Amino acid sequence: MGDRITIEPVTRIEGHGIITIDLDDEGGVRDARFQVTQFRGFEKLTEGRPFYEMPAITERICGICPVSHALASGRAGDAILGVHPPETAVLLRRLCNCGAFIQSHALSFFYLSAPDLLLGMDADPARRNIVGLVAAHPDLVRDGIRLRQFGQQVIEMVGGRRIHPAWVVPGGVDAALSGEHREAIRRMLPEALAIITRTLALFKQALGDFSAEIETFARFPSLYMGMVDGDGKLDHVQGRLRIIDATGGIVADAIDPVDYRQHIGEAAEPWSYLKFPYYRPLGYPDGLYRVGPAARLNVCNGCGTPLADREWAEFRSLERGPVSSSFHNHYARLIEILYGIETIGELVAQPALTGARIRALAQPNFPEGVGCVEAPRGTLIHHYRVDDNGLMTWANLIVATGHNNLAMNRGVLQVAHRFITAAEVPEGALNRLEAVIRAFDPCLSCSTHAIGRMPLVVRLRRPDGSILREISRS
Amino acid sequence: MNRLRLATTWLDGCSGCHMSLLDLDEALLDILAGVEMVYGPLVDVKDFPARADVTLVEGAVGSEADRRHILEIRERTGILVSFGDCAVTANVPAMRNRFPVEAVIARAYVDNADRHPAAGDGAAAERPAFAFTGVPRLCPTARPVHEFVPVDVFVPGCPPAAAVIAWLLTELVAGRTPEIGGRSRFGA
Ligand code: SF4
Repeated sequence: MGDRITIEPVTRIEGHGIITIDLDDEGGVRDARFQVTQFRGFEKLTEGRPFYEMPAITERICGICPVSHALASGRAGDAILGVHPPETAVLLRRLCNCGAFIQSHALSFFYLSAPDLLLGMDADPARRNIVGLVAAHPDLVRDGIRLRQFGQQVIEMVGGRRIHPAWVVPGGVDAALSGEHREAIRRMLPEALAIITRTLALFKQALGDFSAEIETFARFPSLYMGMVDGDGKLDHVQGRLRIIDATGGIVADAIDPVDYRQHIGEAAEPWSYLKFPYYRPLGYPDGLYRVGPAARLNVCNGCGTPLADREWAEFRSLERGPVSSSFHNHYARLIEILYGIETIGELVAQPALTGARIRALAQPNFPEGVGCVEAPRGTLIHHYRVDDNGLMTWANLIVATGHNNLAMNRGVLQVAHRFITAAEVPEGALNRLEAVIRAFDPCLSCSTHAIGRMPLVVRLRRPDGSILREISRS
Repeated sequence: MNRLRLATTWLDGCSGCHMSLLDLDEALLDILAGVEMVYGPLVDVKDFPARADVTLVEGAVGSEADRRHILEIRERTGILVSFGDCAVTANVPAMRNRFPVEAVIARAYVDNADRHPAAGDGAAAERPAFAFTGVPRLCPTARPVHEFVPVDVFVPGCPPAAAVIAWLLTELVAGRTPEIGGRSRFGA
């Protein structure tokens, strides 16, 4: 047994996490782990609540993607009622989802990752943040703020408020969209489109500077999972699950979310509050798969909107098979923002969007329901059981960051192998360890239904737990 | 002039209160110009600084790590703000309080998991208490911040509206201790 390095906490991610690195006797990296350190217990704490309260309760799992939780919950509720939401409700859910993707991806790219991408992985940690970025790239920061604001405003106009709108309900949605708000959204589109166009150009220009990161940020073959429509195009809200292998071959397709448990198992390890979902046919831990922006662009046959499709084709030409470096999640996020903006353009052109029929009413007709959507970070599954009165008796939630847990752990190990030895733990290496995790944009508030942060200390520990060396960043 | 040393943190919360802070949009840049961000989820500082003038705390105290963190923050902070309903009342995290913490853990890690490699996989069938190592222990109940440390300002809301946060920060930057009064309410 050798020594152990700990990075605590991982900063600029949405949640609590620690990186631990075990060294072997020669000072090389033996193992690396990403540990999630908080847990909130939504699967249990919702017990006894009426199922129609679930969208509002589960939104409080995460302030970054409350809309995704509300949509998954609403769909599980649709199944318990046994109804199809009216056409207008489906269109409005899609519209709100586009706003949610745009704001969340903008947060991830501009607020959390741009400091690494534009100031550099080795930049002074004291200014490697959004404030430092304001000084160096004020226009870019303003673009990021405006784009996030656009997404949040769409949510607000459709759902009534920006964070935790109590608007998705089992059977549909709670309020129709006014013609005025439709117009207001339409008017905001050109600016959003201009911002994402120049950001994509800037990002592609900078790609050459990150070849080492692209090589090592969780670049390995794996399975990928995401939701697609009947034609294999992106479908975040109403699609079915598709799983592909490392060569791009489809191993499972058109999976009805109701059957998710035939495909996905969940392992629990005592050193992390985040469980490890795996693809059942391959077992644990070999059934490693990835979800999220790059995975979605890997599994689909195209986005389904013209500008995004062009970018998608360019993205897919990066590698011969599926794009395997998780670094490219950044790229994929920008393409999905473009897709979201184009999709909003299509939605606001549809007359049915402002229809009055927005909710199908029924009593609970079925004791169980599964709702599945693509959240910004990947596939989100809500699975509920209710009693005869519609009170929750059991819930299971699998969120994007969970699906990616095995892959994040392998990614951390890959970076550690490349950049760390016992003799040397350079500051830039520490940041890269965190950055590989940031590339997955893990939402730890979602994943363990918890969030938070703690200080970074790197500890070289002897097997008996005594500290050999301690490195602090401040 | 010395700029206000501002820290923010989240404990057992959803980040929604922090997102509402970001919902200041471009006005955030003006606020940031008037303060020094010494700690928070958007900056890379790992240790809580020796001194912060103001700390906004989101979330309830749900784990041993939260408890240690809030005690340290209180020692090093001038004005401590309970920021949002979870900090003020324990709100959603407290919904687990009517169950024993073991039952909350068992639902997620025993009932809803089919593999327990470290425990030997047969153990799942016998439904063992699932013991964690190397992660902070959960407190038996999630509690509001003021049950652990004195709080100077309470800002209800789930989350507090961006306009309320703008007003709050403006007051703080001006050196006043804000009186929230009717500006925000629970669940707002
Ligand atoms: S008060 Fe509401 S918005 Fe703030 S952390 Fe708690 S649940 Fe999230």
